[in-house]
Amino acid sequence: MKYGVIVFPGTWSDGDCHYALGSVLGRNADYIWHKDTDLRGCDCLILPGGFSYGDYLRPGAIARFSPVMAEVERFAAKGGLVFGICNGFQILCEASLLPGVLLRNSHLQYRCQWVNLRVENADTPFTSRYRKGQVLRIPISHYEGCYFADADTLAELEANNQVVFRYCTPEGEITEQANPNGALHNIAGIINKQGNVLGMMPHPERACEPLLGGSDGNLLWPV
Amino acid sequence: MPVSQETLDEVALSRAEYDLIVERLGREPTPVELGLFGSLWSEHCGYKHSKLLLKMFPSTSPRTLTGVGQENAGAVDIGDGLAVVMKMESHNHPSAIEPYQGAATGVGGIVRDIFTMGARPIALMNSLRFGPLSDAHNRYLFGGVVGGIAGYGNCLGIPDVGGEIYFDEVYSQNPLINALCLGLMDTKRLTSARASGPGNLLMLVGADTGRDGLHGASGLASRTFEEQKELRSAVQVGNPFLEKLLIEACLELIEHDWIVGLQDLGAAGLTSASVESAARGESGMELDVLKVPRREQGMTPYEVMLSESQERMLVIVKKGYEDKVKALFDRWDLRCDIIGQVTADGLARIREGNKIVAEVPIKLLSDPPLYRLPTRKPAWLRKIQSFDIATLPDLARAQAGAALLRLLGSPNIANKRYVYRQYDHQVQNNTVVAPGSDAAVLRIKGTAKAISLTTDGNGRICYLDPYAGGAIAVAEAARNLACSGAQPLAITDCLNFGNPEKPDVYYQLKECIRGMAHACRVLGVPVISGNVSLYNETRGQAVYPTPVVGMLGLMEDVTKHCTAAFQRPGDLVYLIGPNSGEGLAGSEYLVLEHGLVKGRPAIDLALEKRVQHACLTAIRQGLLHSAHDCSDGGLAVALAESAIMGSLGFKGRLPADGRLDNTLFGELQSRIVVSLAPRNVRRLEKIAARYKVPLTKLGVVGGKRFVIEGCLDLPLAKVDDAWRGGLERALGG
Repeated sequence: MKYGVIVFPGTWSDGDCHYALGSVLGRNADYIWHKDTDLRGCDCLILPGGFSYGDYLRPGAIARFSPVMAEVERFAAKGGLVFGICNGFQILCEASLLPGVLLRNSHLQYRCQWVNLRVENADTPFTSRYRKGQVLRIPISHYEGCYFADADTLAELEANNQVVFRYCTPEGEITEQANPNGALHNIAGIINKQGNVLGMMPHPERACEPLLGGSDGNLLWPV
Repeated sequence: MPVSQETLDEVALSRAEYDLIVERLGREPTPVELGLFGSLWSEHCGYKHSKLLLKMFPSTSPRTLTGVGQENAGAVDIGDGLAVVMKMESHNHPSAIEPYQGAATGVGGIVRDIFTMGARPIALMNSLRFGPLSDAHNRYLFGGVVGGIAGYGNCLGIPDVGGEIYFDEVYSQNPLINALCLGLMDTKRLTSARASGPGNLLMLVGADTGRDGLHGASGLASRTFEEQKELRSAVQVGNPFLEKLLIEACLELIEHDWIVGLQDLGAAGLTSASVESAARGESGMELDVLKVPRREQGMTPYEVMLSESQERMLVIVKKGYEDKVKALFDRWDLRCDIIGQVTADGLARIREGNKIVAEVPIKLLSDPPLYRLPTRKPAWLRKIQSFDIATLPDLARAQAGAALLRLLGSPNIANKRYVYRQYDHQVQNNTVVAPGSDAAVLRIKGTAKAISLTTDGNGRICYLDPYAGGAIAVAEAARNLACSGAQPLAITDCLNFGNPEKPDVYYQLKECIRGMAHACRVLGVPVISGNVSLYNETRGQAVYPTPVVGMLGLMEDVTKHCTAAFQRPGDLVYLIGPNSGEGLAGSEYLVLEHGLVKGRPAIDLALEKRVQHACLTAIRQGLLHSAHDCSDGGLAVALAESAIMGSLGFKGRLPADGRLDNTLFGELQSRIVVSLAPRNVRRLEKIAARYKVPLTKLGVVGGKRFVIEGCLDLPLAKVDDAWRGGLERALGG
């Protein structure tokens, strides 16, 4: 499995993703510059967190037009694995590779903190090494993490089991108090209907070592 | 025609300074030249009132790699071929006018000082002071500043790992915003800001130049402001996205050998960047303002030279390599233009096309007059120092619990998570100890090491005794590092004072520096970089003399770090350091409960050093489960904080020493509260004996209550709520 970590101007989780994949897990990870259109045989593309294009206009609104994105769309259409983290999730929504949008956190402040996530769907290539209902501890760091979709879209996501992670209490309960940003249905991450494009707001690459606070994120990278 | 007072006021030069310029130049300066002198000879750039005093600081150690003031930031060797670069700077005056952009561009500026040396910025910290939150205007400033730091820092992907925030009436019109940045790099890639080699090219990269920030250095930072002038245009506006691109492009650039030096544009913009780098290179420079890309129409050469538009860097390119450099910046979609070259004639020559609008010896521009004023201890200081505590009623036992809750919930002591959860403190995957403990700890990838970082500075204590206060600021920073398990390595400082032309303020400046310097020597920590911010006063009311110390520490083994939180029920709690003495002078308790700022704080630096060594030794031997510096609020507060952070109760008694208020809340220096397993107590006692420091058993960790026998017995939940909710309640939340 070869991972391609895409770098847009303003991305900053690229180094952390590369570190988690390469140094911690010993996987084969490469960087792909946003102007490149050669995916160099990567099996899994990662759109990392950051402030691509300074989050100007809307987070991800400009990055979705970067040259590499046409290749990402083709790759996804053919079933290639695409993993969007935080700003990456926002870019995938802007590019319509995932439904819905990420709005300003309901409390209108940036939030950087550890959260608990409940695995809702363990049948995806990303979550197959977790159990359904398992609670993971993974950090968030964002201004715009409030997932929103209209009622029909939300109903469809729920019916199709496309919600992969929800914010929860340490015991796994879905409560308002456990929701750090106002996301509808406590949604922290979703997958497309095809089951190959995952977007999540929390940062698994930051939960890669006990020394830094936990390593629950390590099983998320598809093998 | 003699120059008008209005013109002199505009450039903030005194008539005597103007006459000196005329004498040294041999003629009257042109308007552009006057602008150059105004900015470079400003207090902010020229350090006229502080440079001679700053020489008191020790600035070298076996690990220092740069001479202080020689480069943009200080650098120290941490072994393994790595160097840490560090600097702190103030952005007080702009933040008072436009808090969001003032704070944001403060972060931008300090980050540029770090990557201009070739170091990747890996951590930020901020030390802030505001007036009381009961005032709507102060809440506005507070919100704007925190928002600006978050908005700029988060976008850059640099973790903000800590800092401090204090509130006091004296800062109401003059908030203090001190931003610290730390960078990491290969020692051999240390890049200079030296414009040398005649014929080498000056290239300007980054943002276009506009009219923002004109007279920021000379105007805002070098004078007090009584009139209601529209000063907003003097505050710069930041673009963190552009800065992020600059960081990546510049760090890529230094991997090659195409440049001689790199200099960021900060206060006084292109003027200081070009002149200071030429001064360092002992050469001259020539540039054409028409070659500078502008974002506004009709800019005069004066405006181009003095603009403080953000996110601009000056690259001194080796002749012949300009195409390679341009190609690199093109890849990052960064604009770059060759605007001039290095010369051999020692002059700063500014052209507007074919016309020369300024031609001044570099040495003259970078050599402002330095002032030394006579000092004498003010009479009012003697008065407030002579305070007899016996004149104050002691705290009644029945009131102790309520007093503790009030102190814990007061904005100066209350938990600051409301602020730091708005800052990304994890990006770059190095943060081992996040904001909330005594010092932040960052691991160094590829090694077993970690670095520790803290900022400290108590203006009230310096007001009561500038010399002791300066020493205490340094000592407390080192103590916080010791509590985390790190050996102090280097200091960067930000000295925030009032109008130095007033003898009282100059006395404070001199004495604080003297005290700091003494503590630096005793503790063996050099000052490798720093900043001075003067004229922090409005309508004759100056801020407390507030020297802020940013200190870096090193630990050889990251796994041997320690935090302030109790870890295990059954652990015993001990006090390392003095267990008796008068400590109410300058304390939070005295201000909060009695409205008094009085007394004479003191410190025994030799004892302080031994206490720190004892703590560090115990941590290195793996004996301690927690270590917490005892400062604001005294022993009772330190114990409560350790209990709250660990979600574990405490039961014990404090060494009674006459007054209850002093026992509980006295802020005696050189004290550390530790917790450890009972089986390790013998070894801790041996360490304390070896270092000849008092060791006093206080109690035991456990349960759900916070109990100091004979004084207070509170549910831990109540203590927790007071501390965790204090700041939000003060904000009206």
